Amino acid sequence: MRLSRHSYSTLRSIQGPLVFVDSVIEARMGEVVTIVFPDGHETEGEVLRIERDTALIQVVGDSRGLDMDRTRIVFTDAVKRAPLSLAALNRVFSGSFQPLDGLPMFVPDAWAPVAGLPMNPVARARPQEMIETGFSTIDGLNTLVKGQKLPIFSCAGLPSREVAAGILEHARTAASSAGLATASVVVFVALGLAHHEYAYYRQTLERMHGEFVAFINLAQDPVVERLLAPRFGLTVAEHLAFTHGRDVLVVITDMTNYCDALREVSTAREELPGRRGYPGYLYSDLASLYERAGRIKQQPGSVTLLPVVTMPEDDITHPIPDLTGYITEGQIVLSRELHQRGIFPPVDVLPSLSRLMQQGIGPGRTREDHRAVANALYVHYASGRDLRRLEAIVGREGMGEGDRHMLDFADAFEREIVHQGAARRGIAETLDLSRALLARFGLLGP
Amino acid sequence: MTGRIIGISGPTVSVDLAGLRLYERVAVGHAGLMGEVVRLERERAVVQVYESTRGLCIGEPVAGTGAQLTVRVGPGLLNQMFDGLQRPLAALREAQGPFIRPGGGRDVPLRPQPLRFVAARQPGDRIADGEVLGYVEEGPFRHEIRATGGAGILRSISGGECAEDVPVAEFEDGRSILAWHEWPVRVPRPYRRKLSRFEPLVTGQRCIDFLFPLARGGSAIFPGGFGTGKTLLEQSIAKFADVDIVIYVGCGERGNEMAEMLDDFAVLNDPWSQRPLMSRTVVVVNTSNMPVAAREASIYTAATLAEYYRDQGLHVLLLADSLSRWAEALREISSALEEMPGEEGYPTYLASRMAEFFARAGVVETLDGGTGSLTVLLSISPPGGDFTEPVTQACLRNTGAFFMLDTALAHRRHFPAIHWFQSFSLYEADVAAHLDRQVAPDWSALRHETRALLQREESLREVAEIVGTEGLQDADRLLMRTAERVRREFLAQNAYTDDAFSTPAQTRGRILAILEGYREAAARIERGERLDEMPAAPAGAPAAQS
Repeated sequence: MRLSRHSYSTLRSIQGPLVFVDSVIEARMGEVVTIVFPDGHETEGEVLRIERDTALIQVVGDSRGLDMDRTRIVFTDAVKRAPLSLAALNRVFSGSFQPLDGLPMFVPDAWAPVAGLPMNPVARARPQEMIETGFSTIDGLNTLVKGQKLPIFSCAGLPSREVAAGILEHARTAASSAGLATASVVVFVALGLAHHEYAYYRQTLERMHGEFVAFINLAQDPVVERLLAPRFGLTVAEHLAFTHGRDVLVVITDMTNYCDALREVSTAREELPGRRGYPGYLYSDLASLYERAGRIKQQPGSVTLLPVVTMPEDDITHPIPDLTGYITEGQIVLSRELHQRGIFPPVDVLPSLSRLMQQGIGPGRTREDHRAVANALYVHYASGRDLRRLEAIVGREGMGEGDRHMLDFADAFEREIVHQGAARRGIAETLDLSRALLARFGLLGP
Repeated sequence: MTGRIIGISGPTVSVDLAGLRLYERVAVGHAGLMGEVVRLERERAVVQVYESTRGLCIGEPVAGTGAQLTVRVGPGLLNQMFDGLQRPLAALREAQGPFIRPGGGRDVPLRPQPLRFVAARQPGDRIADGEVLGYVEEGPFRHEIRATGGAGILRSISGGECAEDVPVAEFEDGRSILAWHEWPVRVPRPYRRKLSRFEPLVTGQRCIDFLFPLARGGSAIFPGGFGTGKTLLEQSIAKFADVDIVIYVGCGERGNEMAEMLDDFAVLNDPWSQRPLMSRTVVVVNTSNMPVAAREASIYTAATLAEYYRDQGLHVLLLADSLSRWAEALREISSALEEMPGEEGYPTYLASRMAEFFARAGVVETLDGGTGSLTVLLSISPPGGDFTEPVTQACLRNTGAFFMLDTALAHRRHFPAIHWFQSFSLYEADVAAHLDRQVAPDWSALRHETRALLQREESLREVAEIVGTEGLQDADRLLMRTAERVRREFLAQNAYTDDAFSTPAQTRGRILAILEGYREAAARIERGERLDEMPAAPAGAPAAQS
């Protein structure tokens, strides 16, 4: 155990955001260091690897201006921790937890390591309370529950921010029909966003009059901050949920920027690249974020996670959506085709899925007929969609009456259930509309 | 014997400790994190650490233990949940709260309740190696305690409450027998010989039992992209399989899913014995955010537990979800060791490690002449749903059955999404012969008929894509309609209703009803009746689930 801060100017090399320092006595894995630039300004860094007395440091922030002789690295003997307090509510911070709203930094009640600790699987409570998002395709067919992690898979140019903002604005839990706004807190983490996108979210946060904590890393901000900001966000979320009993909804956008930052740093570390140049540990790294969603038995509070992933080249098998899908409990997939037809939200329900839906719906939770209605919509819409391929070959005239009927059903489903524009629909309304549609096509079972 | 940490990289640390042996267990740092020696050099040893290395400091002490990484086996393990290093999670929660802290839990006792040993032999008896000395009543099981370490004459044997460190029996030559013993996780437990005998392992899943049956002592993999229902299928089989003991490994998967599974298992009964499901189950869980090295070890911990029950003459099913996460853990560690990578960055020994693991499955004659079996069922998560990747391919060379989970079926909510043309089982001839005797003599014949029907539908579907279904002849339309029923009412099975479990007799009854209806209608078309004028078959509820 060291007793003091150590300062070194023994840099061996500087490669982008990475610095090698020699002759370090007793560096600590994950230790926070302060990097003092030749011109006197300071930024933070973190120890990534140690080999005897050489430490590899990742600079958080801009590394431009570093030099080999005058730069000083100060080792602090502590791992990265987040300051915690209810005073963080309704504040806006940077990706390195500095106030961006002009107000002074709050005085923390406690500190917690940002990496978090894994939740003991036997301590986890099964997520089963529905969060009503106001969108039929989610509430009716891919129900979100408290403590779930459900990403939105989007493509460039699709209205993922309108969908995410819609959920922020309209989300309500069954227990609090007063709305998330009063019962809950939104933790909003922006990673590498363009300014106009951020402005849009900012307006949403202000409009919903609820409590929030925002961590903002914009496109021009340091790349390494993108690795830190979601961890700050989740550490604050866990604190609010499990110390103060709040229901916390964490929105992280855009996870693709996070993964690209990870790749950038990994490449600079000369690690062996995996698929598409992303590091081999991308799965474990993403899991260390996503798995922090959850509830604890016999304790109030929950962390629900809604990451937004933009699929490069609209490809759902790209490593980022692929690994995300393997960790999260389902996915909401947006479709370019539906968007082009003017349908909002353009949710393609067939590849979408909520794995935790079964526990959140049915008698006592939503409505007795929820499961049956959802199943019927799926089966018939899927067969309608299958028939569209046939229609493309043989033409509508070449098809039997029954098949044409199903084609019409698929169209009507998209127009009337999927499409809802700016309107918010309660779950009862969603189910009633769905029943009416099924009945009109003679598809409502006994 | 202590040394110091001289380097830290991801989940591995370098230490300057001499005299260590390969795969020796070491205690790392002030917190005493558990680690295992994976590489030895003149100047240093490389240790794979089973807990988070964050916060570890250069110069912290490291101590060898002289022992390998082991699992403690004995009575009282059933109905429990362990992490990849066999730390009991319920006790850990009581000791540490809801989050797992590194370095803790080694002193937590393994068994929540005291157990009573009943002696079956007397002092002075001559005992052969592996012979039964007595037993512990453990829920539905009579858990036998056996002699280990060779034959001998009993000096004393004591019934009553057994403690972890007090011998239940002693031999004349001074050896003592404990109810529990340690076994190194990477060493397969011994048996007399392997038997090649393939009896059915009924899973309760119609598609598997009927088309691609599984054999006791066999192995099977089911790869599938995300959302194809791997975990649900694996859990359904864990619930309903006709075996004595189930070892379930949650390897690098979701925590919420494990919470759901434990909730379900706590209230359900084993359909074969009507006893609580958990009383035959041991769960080993290392979720995706728990340390990577422990994920690598969890598979071996589970296999050792499974072999221990096999050696009791029981039929054991080991389920792991998912093997890909294990392989990724191997890759992460290999990369931290700076080994030369093979395909897709996986180490070149991936395939041989897997082959060794698959070889732990089988039907064996145990040391005392009984018969036990270990069946291995593994899910695989191929990146991008692409089955040409190294993990799936390495498994295909070793496995006896392959259930391919199909994304298109899953999108249509057809679960289990097992593709009926791409999947295979090498046990089908042996197992079907058994089922012909056990269930009904026409079992094999019905299978052939169903297979042929699905094949014929596939080729008709191509025709229909061109001419439309209306352009087909009545006989062909009837066949397509029947195949649709086979898919919807027989192959699909809703895991959330009573339909989740189907006995072989029920399975046969259901397919027979569909096929008989088909034969009858086909005969009527033969006589000149028109399909559209016939009453539609009573439509069963679509078995889709969302």
